[in-house]
Amino acid sequence: MSSFIEFKHIHFKYQQGEDWALKDVSFHIEDNEWVAIIGHNGSGKSTIAKLMNGLLFPQEGEIRVQDLVVNEETIWDVRKKVGMVFQNPDNQFVGTTVVDDVAFGLENHGIPREEMITRIDNSLRAVNMEDYYNHEPHRLSGGQKQRVAIASVLAVAPELVIFDEATAMLDPKGRATIMETVQQVRETKNVSIVTITHDLNEVTFADRVIVMNEGKVWFEGTPREVFKQHEELQKIGLDTPFVTQVSRVLESKGINLVKEPINHKELMDELWTLYSIK
Amino acid sequence: MDIIFNKVSHIYQPNTPFEFKALENVSFHIQSGSYVAIIGHTGSGKSTLIQHLNGLVKPTSGEVKIGDYVITPEKKLKDVMTLREKVGIVFQYPEHQLFEETVEKDISFGPQNFNIAQEVVQKRIPELLKAVQLPENILQRSPFDLSGGQMRRVAIAGVLVMDPKILVLDEPTAGLDPRGQKEIMDMFYRVHQEEERTTILVTHSMEDALKYADHVIIMDHGKVYMEGPPLEIFKDQEALNNVGLDIPEVIQFLNKLESKFHISIPFRGQSVEQLGKEVAEAFKRGDKSE
Repeated sequence: MSSFIEFKHIHFKYQQGEDWALKDVSFHIEDNEWVAIIGHNGSGKSTIAKLMNGLLFPQEGEIRVQDLVVNEETIWDVRKKVGMVFQNPDNQFVGTTVVDDVAFGLENHGIPREEMITRIDNSLRAVNMEDYYNHEPHRLSGGQKQRVAIASVLAVAPELVIFDEATAMLDPKGRATIMETVQQVRETKNVSIVTITHDLNEVTFADRVIVMNEGKVWFEGTPREVFKQHEELQKIGLDTPFVTQVSRVLESKGINLVKEPINHKELMDELWTLYSIK
Repeated sequence: MDIIFNKVSHIYQPNTPFEFKALENVSFHIQSGSYVAIIGHTGSGKSTLIQHLNGLVKPTSGEVKIGDYVITPEKKLKDVMTLREKVGIVFQYPEHQLFEETVEKDISFGPQNFNIAQEVVQKRIPELLKAVQLPENILQRSPFDLSGGQMRRVAIAGVLVMDPKILVLDEPTAGLDPRGQKEIMDMFYRVHQEEERTTILVTHSMEDALKYADHVIIMDHGKVYMEGPPLEIFKDQEALNNVGLDIPEVIQFLNKLESKFHISIPFRGQSVEQLGKEVAEAFKRGDKSE
């Protein structure tokens, strides 16, 4: 029982008579691992996220979160372990102030007041929103709203946080702050992270990537291994980062890059090794 | 139809504690038939700006001219429908605005409001479906049974059916996967070229601005911060960084080549393929001469 989450031969459909949204999906996520899930619209990414914390249940197969099988009896325990941040920053607020909002989740889990105060402090500090205690959530920027949403999830002290396209509605600055926050959380807390995204540069931060296509796991590997599947990825409606594309052309023109660079720095370093003027 | 902003300011809730200056002294001239990208952070005034284009809001001071139609703070909007017939706006997440029972009814709703005869609309529909890449058999289906990408195309068809002279796009690809994004952007570009339409694209994507626009307006805190052809604008990395924006990745890459290896390759809109070839050749020449 080493994996944190395990999907075993999951089949899921939203309605009788429809096609399977997920077909025989199996994978696992380890403690403290960062996994990115990518795939075209409708490939089953978000369905996976909703199955992970019991918002949906599979018709076939079994999902385990540590020693718990996810079902109607266990969902409350599962949700203490698995938190989720959604796409739309405006759809996940209940409190009239930032602090009330973070407290809401804790109240639902019956946390004593003294501990609530410490947890709220810690989680708002973790996302750099400690100066906004009494602000009204709807007056914050998109990036700030998402950070409060992350704090609300962290306060419950989950062992896995799922980000379901949590940066899709933000501008570049908002996206950058969320990615910094996620990295910071990952360094300071003992949590696993699942990011569901279309943003290829976000994928490069993950330890491992699961590529979904038409309801099936199409590929699993490190970001580097995934982006090596260049043409294949394009065939299933995905893309590769600019750096990967350029590297590809350079290699075809006889420049021998040793490893597949996935960001500007790696590419420049490789070129430097090959061509620096001594 | 040219679009002229002359010292336009827009203040929300003036003379109250909530007073907010969304636009401040904004002036520019957009030539008929051009493709303009408007870039800026959330809160920089982009949305307020585009709402002036079809008279959803009026300036607090200054003047907006869309062709012959003039919008000033003092005057009431006269025959605003004649303006809205010519300026089509595709708002963010336009699929949220679908409401009819069938795709066909939804597309026909706009024209009905402008008293365009049903026969005329019927004639346009096949061509329209082709433009947005939807099959004809979709017309009788409920828009709510479609996928997100299809719904967005239906909503876009509902704007294009009016054949607007000016097409305003507010982050039209948000939430789509990379292929969907490219398909939609290429579609708008075709629509732009075919009819000599003026296209205004509000975007966060520097890549799209570089690829499609012939003019870029950078907004910051309600003001025009920079303006010019994309290649000019993206030369000034520092100025863009100062307002929290970045330059397109391809230009970042070329700048790094220049500073690290003294290899200078000007960007002229090359494809990645072409660019890679030029870079490889430059390296090899350098290698040999050493």
